[in-house]
Amino acid sequence: MRGTISFYLNGELKVLSNVAPTQTLLRYLREDKKLCGTKEGCAEGDCGACTVNVSTLTADGAVKREAINACIRFMPSLDGVSITTIEGIALDSDAPHPVQRAMMDSDASQCGFCTPGFVMSLYTAYRNRTMLPLTDANDVLAGNLCRCTGYGPILKAAEKIGHVAKAADQSDDDRVELEQLRSLDHQVTVEIEQGDARAFLPATSDQLAEIYVAHSDATLISGATDVGLWVTKARRRLPKVIFLNRVRDLTLIKRNDQELIIGAGVTYSEAIDILKQTYPDLGELVRRIGAVQVRNAGTIGGNIANGSPIGDMSPALIALDAQLVLRHGPQRRTLPLEGFFLAYGRQDRKPGEFIEAVRVPLKTAADELKCYKLSKRFDQDISALCGCFNIKVLGDAVVSARIAFGGMAATPKRALSVEAALIGKRWDRPTVELAMQEFAKDFAPMSDMRASTDYRLRAAQNLLLKYYIETSVPLAQTRLVGHGNAFL
Amino acid sequence: MSDAPKSSGQTSGEGASRVRGTVSSQVMHDSAFKHASGQAVYVDDIPMPEDCLHVYIATSKHAHAKIGAVNFGVARESQGVVAVISGDDIPGTNDIGPVVSDEPLFALGAAGGVVECEGQALFAIAATSLGAARAAAGKVEFEYKDLPALLTIEDAMTAKSWLEPPYKMTRGDVNAAMKISPHKLEGRIYIGGQEHFYLEGQAALVLPGEDGDVTVYCSSQHPTEIQHKVAGVLGVSFNAVTVEVRRMGGGFGGKETNGNLPAAAAALIAKRTGRAAKICYDRDDDMVMTGKRHDFRIDYQVGFDDDGRIHSIIMDQAARCGWSHDLSLAICDRAMFHADNCYYLANVLINSYRCKTNTVSNTAFRGFGGPQGMVAIERVIDEIAFKLDKDPLEVRRVNFYAADKDTASERNLTPYHMKVEDCVIGEIVDELVVSSGYETRRTEIADWNAKQPLLKRGIALTPVKFGISFTKTYLNQAAALVHVYSDGSVHLNHGGTEMGQGLFIKVAQVVAEVFQIDIDRVKITPTNTGKAPNTSATAASSGTDLNGMAALDACQKIKNLLVDFASSEWGVARDKIEFRLGRVQIGGNEIAFDELIAKAYLARVSLSATGFYATPKIEWDRATGTGRPFFYFAYGAAVSEVVIDPLTGEHRLLRVDILHDVGNSLNPAIDLGQIEGGFAQGAGWLTSEELVWDEAGRLKTHAPSTYKIPTASDRAPDMNIAIWKHGTNREETIYRSKAVGEPPLMLGISVLMALSDAAASATGRTQYPALDAPATPERLLQVITGGWG
Repeated sequence: MRGTISFYLNGELKVLSNVAPTQTLLRYLREDKKLCGTKEGCAEGDCGACTVNVSTLTADGAVKREAINACIRFMPSLDGVSITTIEGIALDSDAPHPVQRAMMDSDASQCGFCTPGFVMSLYTAYRNRTMLPLTDANDVLAGNLCRCTGYGPILKAAEKIGHVAKAADQSDDDRVELEQLRSLDHQVTVEIEQGDARAFLPATSDQLAEIYVAHSDATLISGATDVGLWVTKARRRLPKVIFLNRVRDLTLIKRNDQELIIGAGVTYSEAIDILKQTYPDLGELVRRIGAVQVRNAGTIGGNIANGSPIGDMSPALIALDAQLVLRHGPQRRTLPLEGFFLAYGRQDRKPGEFIEAVRVPLKTAADELKCYKLSKRFDQDISALCGCFNIKVLGDAVVSARIAFGGMAATPKRALSVEAALIGKRWDRPTVELAMQEFAKDFAPMSDMRASTDYRLRAAQNLLLKYYIETSVPLAQTRLVGHGNAFL
Repeated sequence: MSDAPKSSGQTSGEGASRVRGTVSSQVMHDSAFKHASGQAVYVDDIPMPEDCLHVYIATSKHAHAKIGAVNFGVARESQGVVAVISGDDIPGTNDIGPVVSDEPLFALGAAGGVVECEGQALFAIAATSLGAARAAAGKVEFEYKDLPALLTIEDAMTAKSWLEPPYKMTRGDVNAAMKISPHKLEGRIYIGGQEHFYLEGQAALVLPGEDGDVTVYCSSQHPTEIQHKVAGVLGVSFNAVTVEVRRMGGGFGGKETNGNLPAAAAALIAKRTGRAAKICYDRDDDMVMTGKRHDFRIDYQVGFDDDGRIHSIIMDQAARCGWSHDLSLAICDRAMFHADNCYYLANVLINSYRCKTNTVSNTAFRGFGGPQGMVAIERVIDEIAFKLDKDPLEVRRVNFYAADKDTASERNLTPYHMKVEDCVIGEIVDELVVSSGYETRRTEIADWNAKQPLLKRGIALTPVKFGISFTKTYLNQAAALVHVYSDGSVHLNHGGTEMGQGLFIKVAQVVAEVFQIDIDRVKITPTNTGKAPNTSATAASSGTDLNGMAALDACQKIKNLLVDFASSEWGVARDKIEFRLGRVQIGGNEIAFDELIAKAYLARVSLSATGFYATPKIEWDRATGTGRPFFYFAYGAAVSEVVIDPLTGEHRLLRVDILHDVGNSLNPAIDLGQIEGGFAQGAGWLTSEELVWDEAGRLKTHAPSTYKIPTASDRAPDMNIAIWKHGTNREETIYRSKAVGEPPLMLGISVLMALSDAAASATGRTQYPALDAPATPERLLQVITGGWG
């Protein structure tokens, strides 16, 4: 047991003992360290003005460099990492970093308030030697809002940076960073106390199981992309928390012929490649969850566990008939994901029980699964509704259908009447049009700031028609963005 | 300027072919490196004095309510609390209204009060930490007794709840002309509001000084008004308040008046406690508390001929102003001034209704009402074209104002009886049609749409004509202060503020140009009411026009004295003295600028001057609705192409071509930035940026998670922006440049019209898709579906 957290900040070792479990990294930087280059724009992980680079050591000993939002990242969760802020890049105007140089030469700042965040997103890409052709640059920058430039000059800078990064010799920086990360402890459970607040940081799932049984009143926190807002927005006090960030054995992805097993602590960023390879539409859906900073922090398990009716993973996983593995102490149980969601804000999870993994059966063919996320903006937006369709057609007939939606009910929910109207029927337009009528039986969606009842219902119906067009009209162009779109 | 890297831009120093950073050069933003390295200081970054207090403003949760007795007792005793101030604790006037005194700083005193919108300030709490102040605010005890609330334009129009009686502009005989028009149509468009979403929220830090004076550091476009309002609540004269603004993290109009509240509240705390006080709104508070772009409902009746030429038009503009005046009257005026856009309206009547509602008091936002007026006339043209089955561009062209060259034409009179003498929109559109391949692409799109079973594309070209000058004539003045120090370095100050638009660098370029010295020798300094007094807001796109001219005036005064000195010292005629390339040619002699300055100092020549400028030619008679409110017009045009999914209403911008007139550009890099940024903001306003209030009048979209400004991927992958090569200003503006802050925003209207075109294709052009703004997927699906139900 260790009572301190250790991390590197701009190359300097920091060891903290007196740290509030839910103090954010942003407050630490701006208030404690007077590093004011990192800005607060929204305090909810949506604008990227607080972007910093966090490097971690992966299970196989490599360095993973990621851009994250400091505004919703809690301090204890940074144990064992190396943080680079805007101040850690270059402060001498006569020797700007290549990323800064590219931004300046492209006239990429106007008011400048968002600029440090953009620089940090691009700096992370630079350190990762990521080439940034337009679509990739859009993704890398989707989590950074700029209100002045219209983004053109920033995208121009991004393109330059990709090329410069490839050519630059960064081996010294790499070596120092690796040495520093290796010098930190990654094995021992950490327990932090401040006043009556406590934070636990187990390093293995066995430690986690034991601690959580003993402290079942604790809040589990992984990426904090949702829990962060409980603190920064709802101003809730979380007196006892367990951080999952250091639990390495929850971050594994395994694949065999029958199934894909995703550890609950796997982030979206870690999962996206294999999901994209397995189910291209699921990969595209994950690409549209939050933005890079959120996907680097948020986990698949966390997205399920918080039970949000508008989380995007659950409808897709329900359509694939995924199973959830839950663990309580040494005991495990498996249940179908759709059974996990009992009611709004209520899930089938006992005190002290946590999600260990999601098992995704591979019985669905790659192109049978289609996922449609509808929102006001393509990137970094929350679904008005998210429809996931898994329909198997043999010959002319529908042999199976699993259709699940987010944003249409109090929980992620299947469209059972629609499915029933399809199964066994001829896969043609009249069948589809009849089945479209069934949506009103399955769903009575609400109106809110994202969309009205009318829109949600009509769009949900139309998505079935869209699925039909996509599977029946060979050369139809149907996608506006991402996977399969014809418009760059 | 010393922070700007030496390696950028042109080379400097003696022997250079030109000095760095003079007028028309592409010099980067003066703070570019500071932005990119996190060293640019915003208000929240200023190191705080040790005992600085954090101030939290408590706000109303109800739209309209009476509040009885208030008990501040528990809050005052709460941990960390140093002061609680309400309407009872204001030594001066409890008012921060910018034009009309109808905005109390605090709605509550111990006896209670009335609140007129959600987010209205009730009282303030100062504590040793923001958390303590916020926690204490929750301990103040009072009860809301709800009163009937008018929330929408409909509510206000029914109740005739207006800030002032309806106002009109008219010319010709609309009724007679309407009667004999070959075609008529009528319709209505709703145009949503817009949140500024400057990345830096409202902020103020106030330091108490001697004699009860205060110094205010804030994020404001209008330091002089902050000075006045702070003095007003403190009950002191203006000279007891100094306001300084180095930069804003975005303004867009949202920091023209909305900074009054935090500055006044922090000043009261500072004065009362003798300690520094700071207020920084967090995002949610900022979005709930501050005004936005006005939403409008515009009804139109139009009579036109077979060519689509408008013979008569009546427009009723109803704007939601919110609970107080703020700048609404002038904003609604500007909506009327732009109801014509580029089109000659032979017989015209524009009625304007300034709706008073129980919602946040709407305020300035880039375009200042002009964009809303312009959207409506573009909608009218679009609908006329649909009815006549014509390309909307054809209808636009037949209605354009007469070209500047066409002096014989009488089609140049605006609805407010000002002659348009500088109309170049025809030329710009002709060029843009060619460079964008508009005609060919329209045909290609029609073919593509015919073949595709699902997606539909659309294209539209829309023009912009935007009037430049404050329509309150007296505001068109500016002051500057220039010192040349004895080493030849220059200190530049003026009344304009820097919000990212590049004003500071442009004015510095003017100084570099006049003295013919490297811009690195010109120190840009924060806007300060102690240096340039009685200034106007940096608004109405006027920053460079006004402050550039004022700085020019100051520089020329100094230069004149230098020439006088050189002439007598060297015995050379004045016309034989020339400043060039960092040096001064004095007859047959040539010396470095610095050397001349050193000599002038020793000879006791004044090396400091104030400059002043007042825009000529303008006058406006609001009573008769006639005059010349604008010095000149800025023009531009855009072609946007979109693709939509008619099953979901989702849409995407594919290609944009822009040709924009900035006159003789002072800095093409800065101007291009304004053009692209303006376009993006306009496109966002009309597509994804939707403000939603609930039935109780509470804003539901008060953070970026729910309010969606454009992201990088919303930019068209094919984006071609050009400054119009033939641009100049026929009026004598600063180096014949044109204002560029606001006009490009309205280029974004092309996106809404392109969506309308695509929606029409999706429905087989059977019915006009009357698309309201913002055109969210929901609104698009609704028009394509023909309504819900």
